[in-house]
Amino acid sequence: MRMRLALRNRAFFFFSILMPLIFLFSAATFFGRGGSRQEIAYVLGAILTVTVMGSFWGLSVQLVTFREQGILRRFRIAPITASAMLASSILSNYFLTLPIAVIEVVLCQYAFHLQSWGNLWAILILITLGSGAFAAFGLIVASVTNTMQETQMINNLIWMGFLFLSGATVPLAIFPGWLQRLALFIPATYLATGLESATTNLTGGTEIATDVIALALGLLVAFEISRQLFRWEPESKVPRRAKLWVLAAFLPFLLFGAWENISGTHLRHIRESYRLIGNRSMPAQMLQGNSNQ
Amino acid sequence: MSDPVIQVENLYKNYGGVEALRGVSFAVQEGEVFGLLGPNGAGKTSTVEILEGMRTPDRGTARVCGLDPEKAGQQFKQKIGAVLQSTSLPDKLRVHEALELFANFYDRRADTEQLIKRFQLEEKRGAYYSHLSGGQKQRLALAMALVNDPEVVFLDEPTAGLDPQVRREIYDIIEGLKRDKKTVLLTTHYIEEAERLCDRVAIVDHGKVIALGTPRELKHSSAGTTRIEIRLARPMADGMLGRLEGVSDWRDFDGTYVLHSTKPPQTIVALVKHLETESNELQSLEMFSPTLEDVFIELTGRRLRD
Repeated sequence: MRMRLALRNRAFFFFSILMPLIFLFSAATFFGRGGSRQEIAYVLGAILTVTVMGSFWGLSVQLVTFREQGILRRFRIAPITASAMLASSILSNYFLTLPIAVIEVVLCQYAFHLQSWGNLWAILILITLGSGAFAAFGLIVASVTNTMQETQMINNLIWMGFLFLSGATVPLAIFPGWLQRLALFIPATYLATGLESATTNLTGGTEIATDVIALALGLLVAFEISRQLFRWEPESKVPRRAKLWVLAAFLPFLLFGAWENISGTHLRHIRESYRLIGNRSMPAQMLQGNSNQ
Repeated sequence: MSDPVIQVENLYKNYGGVEALRGVSFAVQEGEVFGLLGPNGAGKTSTVEILEGMRTPDRGTARVCGLDPEKAGQQFKQKIGAVLQSTSLPDKLRVHEALELFANFYDRRADTEQLIKRFQLEEKRGAYYSHLSGGQKQRLALAMALVNDPEVVFLDEPTAGLDPQVRREIYDIIEGLKRDKKTVLLTTHYIEEAERLCDRVAIVDHGKVIALGTPRELKHSSAGTTRIEIRLARPMADGMLGRLEGVSDWRDFDGTYVLHSTKPPQTIVALVKHLETESNELQSLEMFSPTLEDVFIELTGRRLRD
């Protein structure tokens, strides 16, 4: 049902299909002019990240709308559990996201003549886990907010962090060192670095494994929290302290962030990949400086 | 007599400081259409939502088909169908899709195409929910309540806000359920709905059942009086109407005097004579056989829709 509803929604076509493709063509054309094929592959990773992260917005807004309009009440009297409702939302979202990601990969391959397909298995796994994890984050926000206005406000705040601090829009390697370290606590960073590594095929499976494990843990924890916080009724308001559960969903990433900050492995890979791609806009001093940190 | 299908004992429910239910008790037998009649805020929806497993009572017990609605979970939900008072469906869901979707949740499924036909939704089979009229939406809600061929059907204000013609269509559908021997719990604040559809009625006010019986029994409990409604050019002197021959009870509803009389002709003659002596004028006079509204007025001093 959710898939049918999404496909009948013009906003879905615009935000989930058209907009990522516009970004993809704009960015790939820009970087493709005089840049290497690796740069386009890197852009593809970033665009895939934004596409997958879109799950965060889609499901939270839909859940709040359904709750506010009393649609969830109708489901509540049917023999269906909250877990089944949430799992079906996440799954249908995945099956909507996957074809878009495939279109992006295929278009990039043929329109911009990439040298390789990248690590397709890693791309698939990261898209699968990322789509699930970000959809579950969205469901948590939907459960801890009482109105659509509140949902959109919190979504925007989190979304901005995801978008601009993860390396999905601005390469992480050109950030100051302290911001790079901060980015390691953000879930989107693991999706962005994972997908960028997988599309450029510059790092081995071991490096991507960290991203995969982080996203898998994030998905499990976020799904469980969204299940616990799920509300059928518009009038059953969430107490303020329950909103702290949003932070609990980030716990795996706090642990990974702390670990990666100590070990420094992840940041080294990010900087190394970026150097290999040969982005000429990155000041040599910054690269040198970051490498020394 | 077999065990009741619905058994409610001493239900209490508070919302913050507001007492919605203050000891509601009743039982509904298999195949019975039972009505909860009362004004808005009387506690009807709270009672039904407890029976549907959507709310937890503060005190008291509720059983449906021998199960505790709150604890029985999915097994319980397989047995019931419901039309909720405030609910909706996604705008871009088509009529047949809604029925098929919900039918898939149940072990026992009714033929959705038959339901579409029975509820006269054939023309709207492929229409989006947002394109349906109020009456069509309500017919769809009723059809959805029957997708699992339920043992018990809860109808919470199924005709609220609908125009009289659509309301009559819904009545026909509910009468169909009655013929099918479904156990139905219906809440309403429409007198004619309760009188026409219900085998038995519980009149609810301020969270309590204040009268219970068949519509006929309840009307007879109104002491066989006839209701006379009059409007006058000028207000009457205090207490004068109560002294007219045959008047057992009278009340003033914003200038409309409602009298209950055991001897209507004598009451009217006495009234006209009195008005002549007072040089007052009768603007309108209407007589009604006793209805459940009269029972409600007698018991509460208020009209149902006040």
